[in-house]
Amino acid sequence: MIVDSAPAFDVRDYLRLEMMPHFLCPGCGHGIALRALLWAIHELGIDRDKLAVVSGIGCAGRLSAYIDANTFHVTHGRPLAYATGLALARPDLHVVVITGDGDCLAIGGNHLIHACRRNLKLTCLMLNNEVYGMTGGQVSPTTSETRLTTTTPLGNSEPNFDACALAAAAGASFVGREVTHHVPKLKELIRAGMEHPGFAFVEVLSDCTEIFGRKNELGSSAEMVLRQKSDLRPSAYRDTVDTPFRSNDLPTGILTKIERPEYGAAYRKAAAAQRASEAAKASAGANKGNT
Amino acid sequence: MNAVDTALAPKIPDSPKGAARLISGNHACALGAVAAGCRFFAGYPITPSSEVAERLSRLLPEVDGVFVQMEDEIASIAAVIGASMGGVKALTATSGPGFSLKQENIGYAAGAEIPCVIVNVMRGGPSTGMPTRPAQGDIMQARWGSHGDYPIIVLAPASVREIYDETIRAFDLAETLRTPVVLLYDQVIAQLTETVELSDAKDHAHAERKWASGPREAYQPYAADEDGIPAMSRPGAGYRVHTTGLNHAENGFPTQNPEAVARNLGRLLTKFDRHRDAIDSWQTLACDDAEVLIVAIGISARAATRAIDIARARGVRLGLFRPITLWPFPEKALREVAARARAVLVPEMNAGQLSLEVERILGGKRVDAIHRFNGEPITPAEIAERAESLAKGALGKDTR
Repeated sequence: MIVDSAPAFDVRDYLRLEMMPHFLCPGCGHGIALRALLWAIHELGIDRDKLAVVSGIGCAGRLSAYIDANTFHVTHGRPLAYATGLALARPDLHVVVITGDGDCLAIGGNHLIHACRRNLKLTCLMLNNEVYGMTGGQVSPTTSETRLTTTTPLGNSEPNFDACALAAAAGASFVGREVTHHVPKLKELIRAGMEHPGFAFVEVLSDCTEIFGRKNELGSSAEMVLRQKSDLRPSAYRDTVDTPFRSNDLPTGILTKIERPEYGAAYRKAAAAQRASEAAKASAGANKGNT
Repeated sequence: MNAVDTALAPKIPDSPKGAARLISGNHACALGAVAAGCRFFAGYPITPSSEVAERLSRLLPEVDGVFVQMEDEIASIAAVIGASMGGVKALTATSGPGFSLKQENIGYAAGAEIPCVIVNVMRGGPSTGMPTRPAQGDIMQARWGSHGDYPIIVLAPASVREIYDETIRAFDLAETLRTPVVLLYDQVIAQLTETVELSDAKDHAHAERKWASGPREAYQPYAADEDGIPAMSRPGAGYRVHTTGLNHAENGFPTQNPEAVARNLGRLLTKFDRHRDAIDSWQTLACDDAEVLIVAIGISARAATRAIDIARARGVRLGLFRPITLWPFPEKALREVAARARAVLVPEMNAGQLSLEVERILGGKRVDAIHRFNGEPITPAEIAERAESLAKGALGKDTR
């Protein structure tokens, strides 16, 4: 049980209620992820005036508009690059990126690996629903093999990305994964990511019930979420239609946590040292001139 | 002190002030940016603009600014817009291929009204083209390169000193009018080294963005004042607004309501109208009695300046109209100046871009052009010769 001195969490305190009703489909896991994020923010006691949420394009990208904070809905695939500029220019802000599997791993893949390498303090929340939902259900870099989508009518024949393995390989100093079924655990993971003094990559296994689930006859949203709980550990890349939904050997929890210099602080430190050195030289030169 | 002495002096403080200095156009751009208050640069290496980045990687840490080399061209403009969203003046620099890659996000900055400055050093094109050769083939792209309708300001300096001054003006216009501003100059001007005397450069009073004030409840992030420019809010100031590339209403949230879109996009598309006095800039040379008027930018305008002397020595009265603000084009000024000339000549290093705009503005006027796209600048003699034959009534197009 979590004992916290903060007042009880009420998600409505963190939402732009005037934006309700939201536009997510019934059964979509993204709302659960949003709630977990806001819960983590609540527990951390982050001042919403100092919270900046940058999101890309797609179903996940639309979530920023619902958060009562400084929110930036930018171009497709680029939220990490926008967030890099924002966080470097404004180290006083808490910068969170919300992105999807297509936004983050396909069109934005280059920004992801370099954000992992750079280790600027940012929290990247990637909501993985295995599909381009906003555009009607096309195959994404995380769609399991053999799955049906509107652009894989014969079944997906491309292997999918393990986003966390990718992030870790690219040097991310914090990597974690959780499912929307386990809301408190997801909140804890996001909180740990936001507390991490560097780049944190958090993958959330979400569900697209309406489009992906329907197309692949995966049952109701409740059934899809329950399967997250029971069937997480089997083998990923030898998936077949007969195996359960997302029957991937995808571990959850904190998968990587290492200490590395945070980019923004390291840059500022080097710049301050250079300025001090120049000032000392100038002062020595001036003294010499006076004698 | 002459230029060579200055260049060889053992220690030149990297400050714009002081004695005459021999510097390149790209170096002048970096100095101008710092003088204008730019404190963020993100870029990606590309010839022939990389010297802007290299200079700023040294200059910005000195003034507590941030330089970052991003993973690609798109990330660079994205980081620049992100920094500006945080309230910091920001710059990126690129050339042709990189400028193409940046276009989507330039449209975002125009639509969401995020100030930023983009340097595009024009090199040969299309595609990879001729990276080390000059061209002026991005005149239309600078105006129309992103999808949809949007306003943008493009400045076209023609000397090292003018790059310094126009870089400062680019930031002033970007900040006060909440718009991306493109600094467009060709490879020759970028890498040309000229002696510049910056001691007469005024201490620049930084033009500031109009920041939101008053209670949060009353603030509408895209509700403009009389001047057509909405006040911006800085993250941390308590306004907590939403910024999006979707068409939005005054409250900043996405809308597809036809009236709201027409109203807000309509305001965006006309927001420069009341500020043309500050935006428009041009130079005229020997125009009072000119029978043939040359309209040119960048290195072609430099050649035209010399061509005027050559032609006038032969009795052909030549004049030059040089737009310094290229977009929006100072068309009123051009119409007035051109009214006195019998014919107009547009020498440009492309297959015909500036000439299209000049023809449009001067509908019915005789407009001839020299179009050159082989990487060799147009020479003064060529311009003088063509102007002379034009004065004598001959017409024709040179597309060597």
